[in-house]
Amino acid sequence: MSLPFIIIAFVTLFAAAAAMSLRNLVHCALSLVVALAGLAALYLALDAQFVGFAQILVYVGAVAILIVFAVLLTRSDATPNQTILSPGWFTGIVVSAVVFATLGWAVLNSTGLPRETPPAPVATVKNIGDLLMTQYVLPLEVIGLLLTAALIGAVIIAMKEETPKSGSSRGNEAHSSIKLEPPHVGSCGSEKERGHS
Amino acid sequence: MTPLQGCLLVSALLFAIGLAGAVTRRNAILALVGIELMLNAANLNFIAFWRYGPHPEALTGMMVVIFSIAIAAAEAAVGLALIIAIYRHYRTVNLDEIKNLKG
Repeated sequence: MSLPFIIIAFVTLFAAAAAMSLRNLVHCALSLVVALAGLAALYLALDAQFVGFAQILVYVGAVAILIVFAVLLTRSDATPNQTILSPGWFTGIVVSAVVFATLGWAVLNSTGLPRETPPAPVATVKNIGDLLMTQYVLPLEVIGLLLTAALIGAVIIAMKEETPKSGSSRGNEAHSSIKLEPPHVGSCGSEKERGHS
Repeated sequence: MTPLQGCLLVSALLFAIGLAGAVTRRNAILALVGIELMLNAANLNFIAFWRYGPHPEALTGMMVVIFSIAIAAAEAAVGLALIIAIYRHYRTVNLDEIKNLKG
């Protein structure tokens, strides 16, 4: 346990707790950014450079911006004097404390964990790319498919649904275009009659 | 305490914080943020076991984390789109007021 690791871990955990407990949603989103950046720093401290920078790109860059946009789009006026916790909050706190106690007990008392610290592994981008293109090529393709489906699905779900008014006007248009046909046929018929006469 | 145990304890605490937030907050966006924190705690576990495990040169834990980050990004996009659709329908994101399917 080096000192930088401990400092980064404290900052990350404090920011995560702040993100879950603050009242103002924008402050929550900003604390979440700090927590995710701290996690990226933890990955860097654990010699996982590529994952650390991917974490910054994806989480700090994209997910945090998405959350801020969602906060701004769903802002309502009724929040300031309401309670921020749901009615069963005490049970939730107890359940999560029990979960943490169980996990911590298991971590501290397990005998199967490796004790020694191996030398820092070599995880260059070239190695990762080689593996992604050879051994993990099928999961990579599946991830591509999943991301495409999620992109299209998110756009379709969040798309503004048509109001009934515009739908009925379109129906009227279709109706009128159908209605327009008989005069056309009639005019054709009159032309025919004219030609016949 | 070995470094691996330190990482696992940090990850367990992060998971507990995320779980508490996802269960207790009334705002749907913050429930989603709690789920993201839990996913990140799992990622930290994978990285810790990859770093201190017996075969770090195989890069297995790192691959799992890369795929997990991609899936979490897709999950966040779809989840926030759902929240925005719910907000448009109910005019609120308070999880206690969205109860039309409640038994």
